[in-house]
Amino acid sequence: MEITLTVNGEQVTRDVEARLLLVHFLRDELGLTGTHWGCDTSNCGTCVVLYDDEPVKSCTVLAAMAAGHDVRTVEDLEYDGVLDPVQQGFMECHGLQCGFCTSGMLMSARALLDRDPDPDEHTIREAISGQICRCTGYASIVRSIQWAAAHPEGKQ
Amino acid sequence: MQVPAPIEYERATSVDHAIGLLERLGEEARLIAGGHSLLPMMKLRLANPEYLVDINDLHDELSYVRVGPTEVRIGAMTRHRELLESDELAAVCPIFRDAERVIADPPVRNRGTLGGALCQADPSEDLSSVCTTLDASCVIRGTGGERLVSMDDFHVGPYETVVGHAEMLIEVRIPVRPRGSSAYAKVDRRAGDWAVTAAGAAIWLDDHDAIADARVGLAAVGPNTTGIPEVSEALRGRRPSEEAWELAGSIAAAQCRPVTDSRGSADYKRHLAGELTRRTLRTAWERASAEGAA
Repeated sequence: MEITLTVNGEQVTRDVEARLLLVHFLRDELGLTGTHWGCDTSNCGTCVVLYDDEPVKSCTVLAAMAAGHDVRTVEDLEYDGVLDPVQQGFMECHGLQCGFCTSGMLMSARALLDRDPDPDEHTIREAISGQICRCTGYASIVRSIQWAAAHPEGKQ
Repeated sequence: MQVPAPIEYERATSVDHAIGLLERLGEEARLIAGGHSLLPMMKLRLANPEYLVDINDLHDELSYVRVGPTEVRIGAMTRHRELLESDELAAVCPIFRDAERVIADPPVRNRGTLGGALCQADPSEDLSSVCTTLDASCVIRGTGGERLVSMDDFHVGPYETVVGHAEMLIEVRIPVRPRGSSAYAKVDRRAGDWAVTAAGAAIWLDDHDAIADARVGLAAVGPNTTGIPEVSEALRGRRPSEEAWELAGSIAAAQCRPVTDSRGSADYKRHLAGELTRRTLRTAWERASAEGAA
């Protein structure tokens, strides 16, 4: 079936199987491998992308269901060579080690700060509660998001 | 790699269109809303529908919380996140916000729906307990019109409801009675997990501050959500007290039918059923009293 959706601001049309999952559509059809494919069971959250501006687990959405909708992936955070403040925060505060969970964490962080520019620690922890990191113990991820909240214009 | 079996996909543009598609496509067609129960089952090949009828375009039509003087009506496509964030719903049925805080996680709550949760009929599912506690009824529409089914009759077994193949759950109705409140509590192994055991409780006070009525609904301690009518019988007419909550807890623990599994032993779940019944009744009563005093 032919589907058309917006990915990172660009309209894309592809002929896909109805059973194709959004995560595989992004990675295999569009080559956007920044979105990671992890547990396949909507538990780990590494596949989180923004779907009409809100985080969803792209392993549990069919590409066909996303037709007509707006999808944003980690590739869209950097603009014109400048990293998004959440990306800078992860660099400044050591928000990653192996990096496997990072793209999902970044997208949830971006959506959180878009809704709530000054979240408290509990709100940050709640926002990433559907995502698993096995390296950092989360403390440095929380600090990274706090850094981004404190630097909405990024590092000057 | 978990991938669903090949399917045909259709989008419904209205409730009647969805029901028409189900009727035309036959028993091998399934509705998909948030997809967070059905897609995982399709990946595991536990569900193998030939056709999916996507009803997400009906969100505008079927996503609402309407609080009336005697009844709350909630559209079946209302998403978990919308239930969590509805101040209007929390004011009249605080049990919803209690439960939604501990259902899955934010990205899942952005997709999953009330109707999908009830129709999945998972014995551990939280909103079924919430709706059982609140004595809710389900509006089911088919080609022949609508019928109203109580939560007691809605589930006919694990993962099985009375919704027929060319029918659709479109709305949940919750009676509103004066001087009442409600609460939910869940014990889980980690954030966002299914319940080891969970309990909902609702309580209504009479003019003399005695218990006019009370209801308890338990999750994960039986083949379906477990309403405990014996608790209601035991509490009606009693004074709210620690002794009353103690009695209700012991009845709930005795009446439920947990099984030992990876989440815990039957004995532990029975203990939780009693303890969470006590806690939620106490909280519901405190909330109902505070409302009376206001």
